[in-house]
Amino acid sequence: MAECHPVGFRWVMEAKRRGATIIHVDPRFTRTSAVADIHVPIRPGSDIAFLGALVNYIISNDLWFKEYVVNYTNAAALVSEDYKDTEDLDGLFSGWDHEKGQYDPSSWQYRGLDVTPAAGHREMFSGEPRAERGAIVSAEQHDYTLTDPLCVFQIIKRHYSRYTPEMVEEACGVPRELFEKVARALCENSGPERTGAFCYAVGWTQHSVGVQYIRTAAIVQLLLGNIGRPGGGIMALRGHASIQGSTDIPTLYNMLPGYLPMPKASYDTDLQKYIEYNESASGWWSEFPKYMVSLLKAWYGPAATLQNDWCYDYLPHITGDHSHMVTVAAMADALIQGYFVMGENPAVGSMNCALQRKGLRNLKWLVVRDFAPTETAEFWHNAPEVVSGQVRTEDIGTEVFFFPCAAHTEKDGSFTNTQRLLQWHHKAVEPPGDCRSELHFAWHLGRRLKELYRASSAPKDRAIRDLTWDYRSIGAIEEPDAEEVLAEIGGYTLGDKKSLSGYKELKNDGGTVCGCWIYCGCYKDGTNQAARRKPASEQSWVAPEWGWAWPANRRLLYNRASADPQGRPWSERKKYVWWDAGEKKWTGVDNPDFIVDRSPDYRPGPEAKGIDTLSGIDPFIMQAEGKAWLYDPNGLLDGPLPTHYEPEESVLKNPLYGQQCNPARMEWIRKENPYHKAWGDTDYPFIATTYRLTEHHTAGGMTRWVPWLCELQPEMFVEVSPELAALRGLENGGWATVSTVRGEIEARVLVTERMHSFVQQGRTLHTVGIPYHWSWIGRSTGDAANELTAFVADPNVSIEESKAFSVQIVAGRRSRKRRAAASGPLVDREVEGPERDQPEVREKPAGKHGLHAGKTELTEEA
Amino acid sequence: MTTTITGFFTDTSVCIGCKACEVACKQWNQLPADGDFFSGRSYDNTIHLEATTWRHVAFVERGVSLSGQSTARPFSWLLMSDVCKHCERAGCLEACPTGAIVRTEFGSVYVQPDVCNGCGYCVVCCPFVVINRREDDGRAWKCTLCYDRQKEGMEPACAKTCPTDSITFGPLEELKEKAKKRLEELHRRGVTEAYLYGMNDEDQPGTEGLHAFFLLLDRPEAYNLPPAPSVPTRGVGGSWGAMALGLAGMVAVAVAASRAGGEKR
Repeated sequence: MAECHPVGFRWVMEAKRRGATIIHVDPRFTRTSAVADIHVPIRPGSDIAFLGALVNYIISNDLWFKEYVVNYTNAAALVSEDYKDTEDLDGLFSGWDHEKGQYDPSSWQYRGLDVTPAAGHREMFSGEPRAERGAIVSAEQHDYTLTDPLCVFQIIKRHYSRYTPEMVEEACGVPRELFEKVARALCENSGPERTGAFCYAVGWTQHSVGVQYIRTAAIVQLLLGNIGRPGGGIMALRGHASIQGSTDIPTLYNMLPGYLPMPKASYDTDLQKYIEYNESASGWWSEFPKYMVSLLKAWYGPAATLQNDWCYDYLPHITGDHSHMVTVAAMADALIQGYFVMGENPAVGSMNCALQRKGLRNLKWLVVRDFAPTETAEFWHNAPEVVSGQVRTEDIGTEVFFFPCAAHTEKDGSFTNTQRLLQWHHKAVEPPGDCRSELHFAWHLGRRLKELYRASSAPKDRAIRDLTWDYRSIGAIEEPDAEEVLAEIGGYTLGDKKSLSGYKELKNDGGTVCGCWIYCGCYKDGTNQAARRKPASEQSWVAPEWGWAWPANRRLLYNRASADPQGRPWSERKKYVWWDAGEKKWTGVDNPDFIVDRSPDYRPGPEAKGIDTLSGIDPFIMQAEGKAWLYDPNGLLDGPLPTHYEPEESVLKNPLYGQQCNPARMEWIRKENPYHKAWGDTDYPFIATTYRLTEHHTAGGMTRWVPWLCELQPEMFVEVSPELAALRGLENGGWATVSTVRGEIEARVLVTERMHSFVQQGRTLHTVGIPYHWSWIGRSTGDAANELTAFVADPNVSIEESKAFSVQIVAGRRSRKRRAAASGPLVDREVEGPERDQPEVREKPAGKHGLHAGKTELTEEA
Repeated sequence: MTTTITGFFTDTSVCIGCKACEVACKQWNQLPADGDFFSGRSYDNTIHLEATTWRHVAFVERGVSLSGQSTARPFSWLLMSDVCKHCERAGCLEACPTGAIVRTEFGSVYVQPDVCNGCGYCVVCCPFVVINRREDDGRAWKCTLCYDRQKEGMEPACAKTCPTDSITFGPLEELKEKAKKRLEELHRRGVTEAYLYGMNDEDQPGTEGLHAFFLLLDRPEAYNLPPAPSVPTRGVGGSWGAMALGLAGMVAVAVAASRAGGEKR
């Protein structure tokens, strides 16, 4: 966190000054470790074993927060009698469908009930959609003594029973005493009087089982009562400024603003069907239609009416997985014509970047917007495979359009970061020359498209013709007014254009307009709430008048959980939101995240619908039954509970199960993307992990031209331990060549004790640390780390695995810049080796473009 | 107008080595990069303070643990942002023959670039090897304690940008109080190796105390700081005395010789 989020880390140091214990779990000793109280070096890719052992420690030492867990989580829910755990099936859950190559989640469900997940894969329901699902939550079966072997608590207890401190030594290479020190510190800092927080960054997400890493942390935090309480929580530290904003109002292919799913061609054939699939009969998602209709009114204005389903049919309907790597593989197969790249440098920053560049070579046109021409814009004449002669410029037909962009100081706009806080930035200077903001680009492109189709009467063009696009423009460069866009996002009433104060005012009758329901109220009272900057000294410690947090300027989500079931604070020290019995309402230092007049005593009757199904002790209002999910009965593609699986390319056999890897992972079987052996590949015997340094930013497009930053980290390098250096004859400051079967790179060597060698299963395991900022353009250059990595991904979110894979390292400059994507695998060999999957999971159906994954129904090409 | 003596207190126990101070300093003072040089010395590629590097972050990898820190094996990484110390008794200032180097109203030691003639006497007289001449213009340069910003009531760029408040700026007397409290706090928590470097005349008689002082976690040499820095002129009194003794001795020898000669004659 100190490495990649030094400004946010200010608050960690402030907490430390006030007595907090800082624990850092990381394969490397980093700048964060330097100031932490405890540093735990962990083998890359083994975090679920570590976190699962924390779950086991908490349960077996009886350290869980009982009143919280019983009342606020699904610990007491009974699960289907058909459920089989990974303990029963050697690493698989029940429900694996060999033909489809994916799980059928029906055996994971609560007993006698299909429940809608608050997020994730709602389309996973087997059979026909049921609008009534979730309606009978109040009737579900529970065992509040938590003793039934098929209640969630007992399932979890059994699932993690072999995740012991000894297993942590074996799987993670973490000494038992160090693990126990962490477990003790965490438990001692949890409970009614204290709270502990988890912070993670992409180091947790970039694994083939990444979503489940975070899920394990959620289980730990729920067992300890650390969610919805001040000082608790799980903080996702995102990769860039406003990446949180770009998931809220998404650049993701499968989301509409506010986490409304993108319509799917095969299911959501009309608005009614779409709503049936996505609303929940109980919990807060019962409000779904209001959010959707208000969004469609924002986009299509007067054209959107009840009679035409509010122009629902104008929305693109997705026909498959169009995530990044899936799209690039289709590009490489020449199936995609054009590609917009804005503020990203995939030719350096994305997996197997030689395959990325092959994708770029097979486009008809490419638009790149950045500060300076990046490798993604220049691939056609000076990429490694062009320089080496493997690819010739004259054979590339892609037409590249490069647009210089404005920096954040040259445009108005907002950032939404980790804490869901919208903070406005004002333009300080005009952008120079032809540099323009993304807003300018998108708006003027839209204007030109509207002009192009103005006279068209074709029904297919109505989506463009009816689009509301009438923002005011300012100044000589005709910059659209960013505040006007924010006002539309924040919502207003259609009649009198009065700004809305929050999402509870949204309607499903077309009377309200709102570009993103969770942001509703960010332009309350006609003022830019995100631009508020009242100093901390002039307001409460919660600082509600600094910027604006979604939803409803609420600084802490699910904060009903900061009070006990009767509505009293758990302790004076951790007082936050409570029930005022006299006033008969919830109150506190923050905006209560609950139905404000719902008494703690309220229990819904069997006839209750919608948000009336939420009882007075249901703090997790987005969930269909108002309880936090320790166990996911639905919504995840790779199992209801996090389970330790090894990375696609590991150095160890899975010490816990016969199933080596996540059975539902996404693999691409393509000649440009060969894999190593599952483990024990003697050609590639070392662990590799990629990461960022404080001095540079992501793929380097912003920083490799800045002399003041380049002098601080002037060259590509790799980090190795003194043991590995001795083993491979590597000299500090000298050169090394690092290779996979996909590519080879050269780099300077930094020998440091900050790199750890792990002794596990009788072997010494070495890690090569590889920063990924460099490539061939800029003042500071070097080979790109992602020439080494592979297309392989987590099934839930299609995020790649770059934090743990296997490599070879040799001393000297041996690289001939070979790339599998240009000239075939670097080593010609038969890959016979141990299996990644149990027999019943092998031979998954092949999708298009080499993708092998379970989501076959969603991998059809449009 | 009354002004307060100001300075820096750099608490290395909360430094995260982000180098924002180095960049903020170069940006505000428009200093050029020194060149791209991969040193192989931890994450330190600027190595030392220079005429064009007025803040420098040291990265010290040690095979011993810090008190109170638990690690898998004995190891710690000390991070420290170094800067001109603005000595109470400044060697550079005393050595400057042109009067280019002055003591400002803020108590800082400032090189007036329009007066400096590049003689370089100051360079050899700094016990910390802070001040140096730029190759491109020959004049001597170092941290100004952001004299220009202070004149406008702003804090220096490095302190302003430091995300963890490892670098704090303020009235020197307040900083000393703050530093003493912080030291007590660390000692109370068992970080017994923490100490203050150069805060007072008593701590560092050779400089009579620093206006930019530090809380350190290892002996000064670990950070490339001198253990007992002393400005050259502190030896001047002794030199005069030694010279007087020498002269007296020579006179005595001469007298004795002449007497002896006389006797011979």
